[in-house]
Amino acid sequence: MSTTWHDMFLLLLGIGGVLLLASLVGRILQWRLSPDGSNSTIENLNARINAWWIMAILIAIAFIAGRVGVLVLFAFCSFAALREFVTLTNTRRADHWALATAFFVVVPLQYFLLWKEEYGIFSVFIPVYAFLLMPIIAVIRGDTHNFLVRIAELQWALMICVFCASHVPALLTLNIPGFEGRNVLLIAFLVIVVQLSDVLQYVWGKLFGRTKIAPNLSPSKTVEGFVGGVASATLIGAGLWWITPFTPVQAGIMAFVIAMMGFFGGLVMSAIKRDRGVKDWGHLIDGHGGLIDRLDSVVFSAPVFFHLTRYWWSLS
Amino acid sequence: MKAFMADLFAGVVLLFARAITAVRAIWDETGPPRRQSVYFANHASHGDFILIWAVLPPRLRRRVRPVAGADYWLKSPLRRFIGQDVFNAVLIQRVREERDNDPIEMMAQALDEHASLIFFPEGTRNQTDLPLLPFKTGLFHLATARPDVDLVPVWIANLNRVMPKGEFVPVPLICTTTFGAPLRLQAGEDKEAFIERAQAALLALAPKSESSQ
Repeated sequence: MSTTWHDMFLLLLGIGGVLLLASLVGRILQWRLSPDGSNSTIENLNARINAWWIMAILIAIAFIAGRVGVLVLFAFCSFAALREFVTLTNTRRADHWALATAFFVVVPLQYFLLWKEEYGIFSVFIPVYAFLLMPIIAVIRGDTHNFLVRIAELQWALMICVFCASHVPALLTLNIPGFEGRNVLLIAFLVIVVQLSDVLQYVWGKLFGRTKIAPNLSPSKTVEGFVGGVASATLIGAGLWWITPFTPVQAGIMAFVIAMMGFFGGLVMSAIKRDRGVKDWGHLIDGHGGLIDRLDSVVFSAPVFFHLTRYWWSLS
Repeated sequence: MKAFMADLFAGVVLLFARAITAVRAIWDETGPPRRQSVYFANHASHGDFILIWAVLPPRLRRRVRPVAGADYWLKSPLRRFIGQDVFNAVLIQRVREERDNDPIEMMAQALDEHASLIFFPEGTRNQTDLPLLPFKTGLFHLATARPDVDLVPVWIANLNRVMPKGEFVPVPLICTTTFGAPLRLQAGEDKEAFIERAQAALLALAPKSESSQ
């Protein structure tokens, strides 16, 4: 246990250092290039860095508060993400009770099951019970207009915002021999790799980006950013092997999978935004847009990372 | 004690409104209104005035008073507490035959006491598929009585989805309140022209999908 605290402390120190450096660079850029706040790229960069501080501090507090802290944090994230997602869907009056059930029953129950460490029911609660229950509740009102579209949207909202997101704290339930009491570091590994991959893709893209990789989906993403970002995130992940149950090579492979899932998750969520004609999912985080804008890549990589780790390393 | 309870209740309402709707103001280019104003808004839900109240900066929020129907807000002790003590509403009698005082006079008096007002010129909640009901004449009479007060149009989006008619559990969805440029009654402008202009100014703030429905 004491080595866990020691590693966590080192990790927090490292993250604090990186953020401090970023803040410093941001301030210098602002001082040199945008003293009157006229350069929107630099203003946005600084807003993002400030938001990073808040997010890092929130996650650190949750980690220190322990299992309940992490569960509460992610339950809140699921709630806020679901609120953003459903706002953009074609709900009708007839869906009212199905929606209320999704927010006030499905979200708390999914995290309650994690708290009870009921893995069996946790893993099927949404894809089996919620998916069958939602259309049943909606159909009672008898409104058939757009029925399949409405139900599919609500199911996907639950899948993305609740089911997938809950696999981040689910990492705490794994039982890995020789890694007891250190599971919270798996969350740190996942979040650090996926977020750094996002940031590094942005940085590489800004520095060397020439060729657009998906002009219809996300005009700011480039091949150079993608390759540079995924490669550097893979290397950083390998370098973080000491906080995981993996060897350096295994940690690198895991980081590669996480970064790839995160990248494609970002593309999928961009496609939904384009279809709905919005630029951001919401306005919760200054400089980043909505919560889903920051969570999209985590959400896609979390279940895959969870199941790979569970299949090869965990006893339960 | 009652004032403390009212403040506490107001704090809880603010927290609840934000948790359910994450409500956000979209201001006119000039930012939050600086002058005394009558905020006139579309009306689809009992919670409409709460959203406008919630997004105003605290300094403006303390001065704003919703205009509401006395028939609804005096019906029970709880509603009376919420209407009078928490929100300090200007309670008007909507049915002409039951009136013992003039609504326009009451609103004008509140303005003379330096309050700002939240006012729903449709007169009643819009439960139709139209984006906006035709305005009643109250806004015109108020503008005539106090021509030097800014009339600020505010479009409340999505709250009717949060709590449709007849439901009692709110569904969390993101709401916005869009503030437009202030209007005033122009010299020689007649009732019809003014009301048409005010309706158009409010409707222009509606998100595209809503106004085309």
